[in-house]
Amino acid sequence: MSERAAPPLLALGLAGALAAGAMLGPYPLSPVDVADTLIGRPPDPQAAIVLWNIRLPRVVAAALIGAALAAAGAAYQTVFRNPLVAPDILGVSQGAGLGAVLGILLGLPVLAIQLMGFAFGIGTIGLVMAIALALRGLGQVLVVVLCGMAVAALAGAGISLVKLMADPDDQLPAITFWLMGSLAGIKQADVAAALPAIVAGLLPLIALRWRIGLLALGDDEARTLGVEAGRLRLLVILSATLVTAAAVSVAGVIGWVGLMVPHMARLITGPRFDRLLPVALAMGAALMVLVDAAARSIAQQEVPLGILTAVLGGPLFLWLLARGGRTWAE
Amino acid sequence: MMRLRLTALMAGALALAAAALAAETRTITDATGRQIEVPADPRRVFAAGPPAATLLYALKPDAMVGWPRAPGAEDLPFLRPETRDLPALGRLTGKGDTVNLEVLLSARPDLIVDYGTVTATYRDLARRVQAQTGTPYALIDGSLPTIPATLRTLGDLLAEPERGETLAAYAEATFAEIDAILAAIPEDRRPSVYLARGPEGIETAARGSINAEIIDRVGGRNVVAAGPDGLATVSPEQVQACAPEVIVTIDADFAAHVGTMPEWQGIPAVRDGRVYLAPSAPFGFIDSPPSVNRLIGLKWLADKLYPEEARIDIEAEVARFYTLFYGVTPDRAALDGLLGAGHPGE
Repeated sequence: MSERAAPPLLALGLAGALAAGAMLGPYPLSPVDVADTLIGRPPDPQAAIVLWNIRLPRVVAAALIGAALAAAGAAYQTVFRNPLVAPDILGVSQGAGLGAVLGILLGLPVLAIQLMGFAFGIGTIGLVMAIALALRGLGQVLVVVLCGMAVAALAGAGISLVKLMADPDDQLPAITFWLMGSLAGIKQADVAAALPAIVAGLLPLIALRWRIGLLALGDDEARTLGVEAGRLRLLVILSATLVTAAAVSVAGVIGWVGLMVPHMARLITGPRFDRLLPVALAMGAALMVLVDAAARSIAQQEVPLGILTAVLGGPLFLWLLARGGRTWAE
Repeated sequence: MMRLRLTALMAGALALAAAALAAETRTITDATGRQIEVPADPRRVFAAGPPAATLLYALKPDAMVGWPRAPGAEDLPFLRPETRDLPALGRLTGKGDTVNLEVLLSARPDLIVDYGTVTATYRDLARRVQAQTGTPYALIDGSLPTIPATLRTLGDLLAEPERGETLAAYAEATFAEIDAILAAIPEDRRPSVYLARGPEGIETAARGSINAEIIDRVGGRNVVAAGPDGLATVSPEQVQACAPEVIVTIDADFAAHVGTMPEWQGIPAVRDGRVYLAPSAPFGFIDSPPSVNRLIGLKWLADKLYPEEARIDIEAEVARFYTLFYGVTPDRAALDGLLGAGHPGE
């Protein structure tokens, strides 16, 4: 794909995915019904309820969350200069997961569960940064990542403990399902709650995309180009964490998207972050909308997103691995 | 002097007889075909999980050594006073936490009873725990149709045959009553039913699963046709597509809010006010646990699904069942608390 053909094609793909998302689902609505309902002339009142209250919130949420996870993954991979880094490498997913399953264990309302997930996700990264700072400073990427892995393991242990304490007939299935990620229960209000955090996290990434790209060259080179690497890296990590925590708190833990979409995008754009970011955003959104449409349509029962993304992501990742480092060469 | 010696002699004889009785054993065959030697009159019985605990509570409450989980505050008024403070010992089988075998032994049980699905896994677990603890471990088939037989078998095993017979007769009469109601209702007049669990109502149990078994038994057509044996999650859109005529829920939060949740509007059950909250104290009406407590659930559900044909005085039935099985007769206020909560919007 040539550089110039990419943007219109991507926009077209995203629009196609969004349209498919609005058309697909277990409730029988023909494309004409959907179109009529969208312009305010629903064939029957039930079509309007299904489309506006159930299906469209899911499509919007899927697009937001896919874009958020892909952007966070691209940002992490760039600032850590490591292609194997996903947004949850520093433990934000495990932390958010721990908060949410605690909420389920305590029988809290859904909004409180989401808030706990969000707060724990942010808190986990805060803890990782504090520990890394105390040990070596944030300049050493490896130390930050190792601290993140240690804290993530701790949060994982906490999740296991909560699962052990949960009522196996009632809470445990809910916890297990949540940990595999799903948009089955998404409402308009959930979208409205997650939107500010996701936008607030994405804006700095978009605005600073050119400077962020310089971090991939190494701190010294970035400094010679006038970029204060340490502070910028911190800002990127905080922004990416914010969007990841917001995404995980409404959708549960969805693996692979943050890792795999940046690689797919890189195949088109090459490694430059300023070019990578918009493509990753669009691809992440489109992919998640399609995966979520499959999740609600494959069976009568809802299929967890984590299963579908892993089934897609596993083979793709192996394929990328087989191609070697070529996509990463400058 | 003479009298004193006689008394002492009699006391000694009694003690000897009691010891002989306690030591007396007999051999039975459990649901897995294992030959096990059990005490003739088990006095301390450990229930391996909530279904077994409910069964044991109904048959021989004074032999309970503990609960798998401590009963909640809302359950206590419906439980026999002497069982309210029994310790929570954990559960031996099932998907959840495994009881510490030392905790099990320190409860000094003379019999372990498990009531539920009979599979190779559970048979093996029973064999291992019995070998490790030296306590006989009886596994009893937990399916709904075998409840009368189970009540007789376990009544016999627990040396409470009359009690077992009384409860078994009740169970048989309940099944017969349900069959009589169903005989008068053709297939096409039996409503489609969705079982809503969780505060969002999107957890459910599919047709044929143990958690929704009694819906099938009273002729309700469970709209979730296929799924795992256990709980499943569906999207509200799926429920919209299935358009159930009746929603049965075990979640009070969901029952209270379904009327105002936008994604549930227009579903026939919600539109027609046919969302029913199943009572849950001291044991659930639908499942939790899937045990003899489901007998009253059958009647309650028949009353909800076929209000015209069933002609069940549900308050009188609940009072009778609670008296017979739980040994506690709920008064007017308690009945209102139990069943009133089952009438959302009324």
